[in-house]
Amino acid sequence: MLSKSAARRFFLGGTFVCFGAFVLLTLDTLRRIPAQTNQDAMTADVVRGKHLWDSSNCMGCHTLLGEGAYYAPELTRVYERRGPTFITAMLKDPAAMYPGQRRMQDYKFSDAQIADLVAFLQWIGTMDLNGFPAKPTLGQVAVVNSSTGETMAATADRPLVFNQLCIACHSLGGQGGMVGPALDGVGNRLTADYIKSWLRDPLSVKKDSKMPKLPLSEEIITELVAFLSKQTTASTPKEAGK
Amino acid sequence: MKYESQRVAWWFFATSMLLLTLQLVYGFIMGFAHMGLDGLHDVIPFHVARATHTNLLVVWLLCGFMGSAYYIVPEEVGRELFSVKLAWLQLISLVVVGVVAIVGFHFQWWEGRKFLEIPRPLDWLVVVNVLLFLFNIAKTMWKSPRITTTSCVLFFGLLMAALLYLPGMIPTDHQTLDSYWRWWVVHLWVEGVWELIMGGILAYLLIKLTGVDRELIEKWLYVIVGLTFLSGILGTGHHYYYIGTPRYWLLIGGLFGALEPLAFLGMAIYAIAMAKKGGRAHPNRNALAWTIGCSIMSFVGAGFLGFAHTLPQVNMYTHGTLVTAMHGHMAFWGAYAMLVLAIISYALPQLTGRKLHDTPLATFAFWASNIGMVAMTLAFAVAGVTQVVLERRVGMDFLTVQKELEVHFFGLILAATLFAAGIVAYLVQFVRYGMPKGDVIGDVDETSEVPAVSTAAEALS
Repeated sequence: MLSKSAARRFFLGGTFVCFGAFVLLTLDTLRRIPAQTNQDAMTADVVRGKHLWDSSNCMGCHTLLGEGAYYAPELTRVYERRGPTFITAMLKDPAAMYPGQRRMQDYKFSDAQIADLVAFLQWIGTMDLNGFPAKPTLGQVAVVNSSTGETMAATADRPLVFNQLCIACHSLGGQGGMVGPALDGVGNRLTADYIKSWLRDPLSVKKDSKMPKLPLSEEIITELVAFLSKQTTASTPKEAGK
Repeated sequence: MKYESQRVAWWFFATSMLLLTLQLVYGFIMGFAHMGLDGLHDVIPFHVARATHTNLLVVWLLCGFMGSAYYIVPEEVGRELFSVKLAWLQLISLVVVGVVAIVGFHFQWWEGRKFLEIPRPLDWLVVVNVLLFLFNIAKTMWKSPRITTTSCVLFFGLLMAALLYLPGMIPTDHQTLDSYWRWWVVHLWVEGVWELIMGGILAYLLIKLTGVDRELIEKWLYVIVGLTFLSGILGTGHHYYYIGTPRYWLLIGGLFGALEPLAFLGMAIYAIAMAKKGGRAHPNRNALAWTIGCSIMSFVGAGFLGFAHTLPQVNMYTHGTLVTAMHGHMAFWGAYAMLVLAIISYALPQLTGRKLHDTPLATFAFWASNIGMVAMTLAFAVAGVTQVVLERRVGMDFLTVQKELEVHFFGLILAATLFAAGIVAYLVQFVRYGMPKGDVIGDVDETSEVPAVSTAAEALS
């Protein structure tokens, strides 16, 4: 039968061996982290962004690298998913971006601070995370993976800005957000000129519009108008019934 | 109670109970926010509630551990505390640091690092505080007539908890390194040295409540804390799958993470076996219920539900979802909250001199809080799994999925109401015990009011 001193030896020996192994693995990990996390790209902006991320307690609602709270979206690949325009607009006026939805605090960040946070999120997106986050495999993904060029047939012809910005609130073909109306058949309902002035400033077209004015260049607006005018397929009966 | 100085433990326990009450309030705020009722957003936004909720948990548990040590160590080593004044100084400073931190959170003075949000200057005060505490305990143990394994394991656990706070303070500009060191604190606390504290306190309670031979209990204590470290240290790797650390952590973290439930399973088998073996019927059945309950719920919450998403293939999808909240709530409840409630249930009759342990209210507190917590865990589980499927597997938009989950948070709030009713009953019970004015009964075994079976048998023969 096991004696007390044998039990003590098991405890001390096991602890010593495991802790030793853990320290050695830690040393090796520290050696490998720079290459794996693209540390060369960690500019001064990124570092300032990281400290802003901490001092604002973004992790109190969001997750980054899967760590944080579960109240707001995962931001590891947000740069790729939404792009800098969306992130900048969101940080400038969080309340405008998702009207009537779960709210984010307005931090009143300066433009320089927003640029730092965007740089930080961009850098995070370049890390090798051993495959995280996994691509959704059960349904059609809502967003095209622009960096790898891995596109779904149904979304390949869309402008990048549509897949990053518009889709956050609007859906097309059953994919995307539910905040604004679905855009199926929008080309039948609205003229190109109307869409153009709407995209330039929704509030000038409709005073009580919930859609914010987005910082879109004329070039991008032209691209979006062309794309939206082509959307003449009516939504599926299920979608139309909503 | 054998020593006058043990009384100071009551004040630590009372502080613990106050902080626990506050923790529940912030939990409700978050539950309602998840349900879509975020009326407090402008006053207490979610991230403030979240930082307050988790930090209150850490502080009330630490406060409970300190109270436990002040109660247990004098009895274990057979002498008065080195300094009651120091204990008071340490309690008051802990409360001051805690209050400043919590108020600071509401003004968004924080570090924004999950679980370790306390700002750096206060970190240092926490270190000083814990050093004072350890000094007081070490001085008490030093040159005492006897040093028991139980008190050593408890002290070693507390010492390591203090030391392991330091890696979390390593300054870094790098997100991955930040996370890497943060887990040295958080993981090595809850799945490492805190289990030592848990083992020590459980061993003390089992010795007192079951009357099983100390040598036997302490032998198995070594085996269990041995298993804890064998699995728990390298099990830290299950936090290093997807944060920019090498791929080999998937293998190491997966393997050792999967072994972690063993320590908790050992703890449960050990507590149940000792309670069955115990010939002594201690009058405080309620304390025994909390003790055994703690060992079982920690296995279910920390062991079983932790195992449910520790494997890298599963964690790939559950990482950063409400599945973590499911595991976290029951793990902390079972392993550490119930432990502190167990030692308080055991110590109160001695500290206050009132024997209220087996009132209906005490029984209600135990069952309502436990059933409430199981139901909360189920609500989190349904919400978490739904989130994983819709968001991570199907690819639906985050906010759309959150809308789908609101109804589950209504269920969560119902469950949390039952849980809170149990905790309120526990608090009422705590207040009814009154102030720590119990008699010091010296070296007499306080359980002697019910004769140990062996003595009774001897008397009969």
